[in-house]
Amino acid sequence: MSYTFQGYRRANGKFGARNLVAVIPSVICANDVGQAICRQVQGTIGYFHHQGCCQLPIDLRRVTDTLSNLGQSPNVGAALIVSLGCEGTDHERLVEEISAAGKPVEIIRIQELGGTSRAIQAGIDAAQKLVQEISAEQREPVDISEVIMAIKCGASDTTSGMASNCVIGYVADKLVDLGATVVFGETTEFLGGEHILARRAVGGEHGPVGQKIYEIVDRMEKRAKSVGEDMRGGQPTPGNIAGGLSSIEEKSLGAIVKSGHRPIQGVLEYTDRIDGQKGLWIKDAPGREPEILTGMAATGAQFMMFSTGRGAPQGFPSMPVIKICGNPNTYARMQHDMDLNAGRIITGEKTIEQVGEEAFELMLRVLSGQMTKNEALGYYGSMDIFCLGPVI
Amino acid sequence: MERKLALKVDDLDNVATIFADGIADGAKVEVRDKKGNIEQITVHGNVPYGHKIALCDIEKGAHIMKYGECIGAASCNIKKGDYVHVHNLEALRGRGDLGGGSES
Repeated sequence: MSYTFQGYRRANGKFGARNLVAVIPSVICANDVGQAICRQVQGTIGYFHHQGCCQLPIDLRRVTDTLSNLGQSPNVGAALIVSLGCEGTDHERLVEEISAAGKPVEIIRIQELGGTSRAIQAGIDAAQKLVQEISAEQREPVDISEVIMAIKCGASDTTSGMASNCVIGYVADKLVDLGATVVFGETTEFLGGEHILARRAVGGEHGPVGQKIYEIVDRMEKRAKSVGEDMRGGQPTPGNIAGGLSSIEEKSLGAIVKSGHRPIQGVLEYTDRIDGQKGLWIKDAPGREPEILTGMAATGAQFMMFSTGRGAPQGFPSMPVIKICGNPNTYARMQHDMDLNAGRIITGEKTIEQVGEEAFELMLRVLSGQMTKNEALGYYGSMDIFCLGPVI
Repeated sequence: MERKLALKVDDLDNVATIFADGIADGAKVEVRDKKGNIEQITVHGNVPYGHKIALCDIEKGAHIMKYGECIGAASCNIKKGDYVHVHNLEALRGRGDLGGGSES
């Protein structure tokens, strides 16, 4: 059986599920101007992060890389860079790289334009022009193998590993079998389950990919342990513990279920993009939502499938997030935030395969334009970039 | 009457997860495994929805198993039917407080 969705063909051969103008502040200090532009101009979204200055060079490169990748995302049709003028990120590189991906790009510089109000006016004019320019683009049938799915779980409880993550695992396996791409991450939540993932690596546990999996988990555990405390103060979260998860190991073993059963092709760094690679991939990123959702959107994912037990409502500015809820009680309480009720697996009403097929069908509709619940509610503002060093 | 259900994920597991509300000390739950085998267990303690009970006696220091894998160690002797959570299960990973002695 072959499947298609209705998507936007991009000049660089990629396919989008949305057609947005991205307003990209190159530094936190440009956020207020960017927000004013987004409030005024329909069809825009903003990446309002908190980085971009007074950081070590490695992090400044990381911020520039991430913003560039977000601008090149297939769901973005055009971009407006909002620069202050004295920041540490390379705003001119943003213009070059996003333009090279075939997208119309404009830039405004707040200091050069003479301050806030003039920059807002220039930004509104530029964004309006970009929105009009891309708004006539039409969707066309796209083969399922062009799909790049990001997966994640958040606000987990013990239903996540037994229901909602199993559903996502089912969809992940099906997409990989159809020639598509799936990316998962949350390295912190491999602790205690890394041997299972390493054995699934291409080349086996002792091959380079398997060894890399052990290496990124070790790196994350050392970071967490370096402050000399029991990780349980922060992972599992108080909400996870209230939901019945007793240790990071238990949380991890439930979390990795969402990656399905297919071989793991490799490990992507936080700033890496998918450029034609197929199959199942790991992105080395922490579990917290704003940073990993940013990393996944920057990878080039058109959408995310997000599993939750206690009810995580948030999305991401340019990437639809489909919420699969494993806890039937949470679904009943929060059904205006939750897209699909996998709690029916816990109650015995449905099998994993039945809900997995429902999730797959919902995915095709969302890729073709149907809004997720968080999109319709406008609950997608939070994002940030995962940096390594201190703010200096 | 609503069934008081608990699920055992893997044959190696020594805990099961309860998916029922209002489980109080002395309640009986039906523990079901993947093959549909059912065992009745009397619960010790009040166990919230989605939390775990022991399926057998577990000695202090022994591994607590779920998904067929280790999710931590018993921090005291645990009896069959006891509520198992952070009060008697100790994580073995991410333990910066143990000064590096936390390799699994």
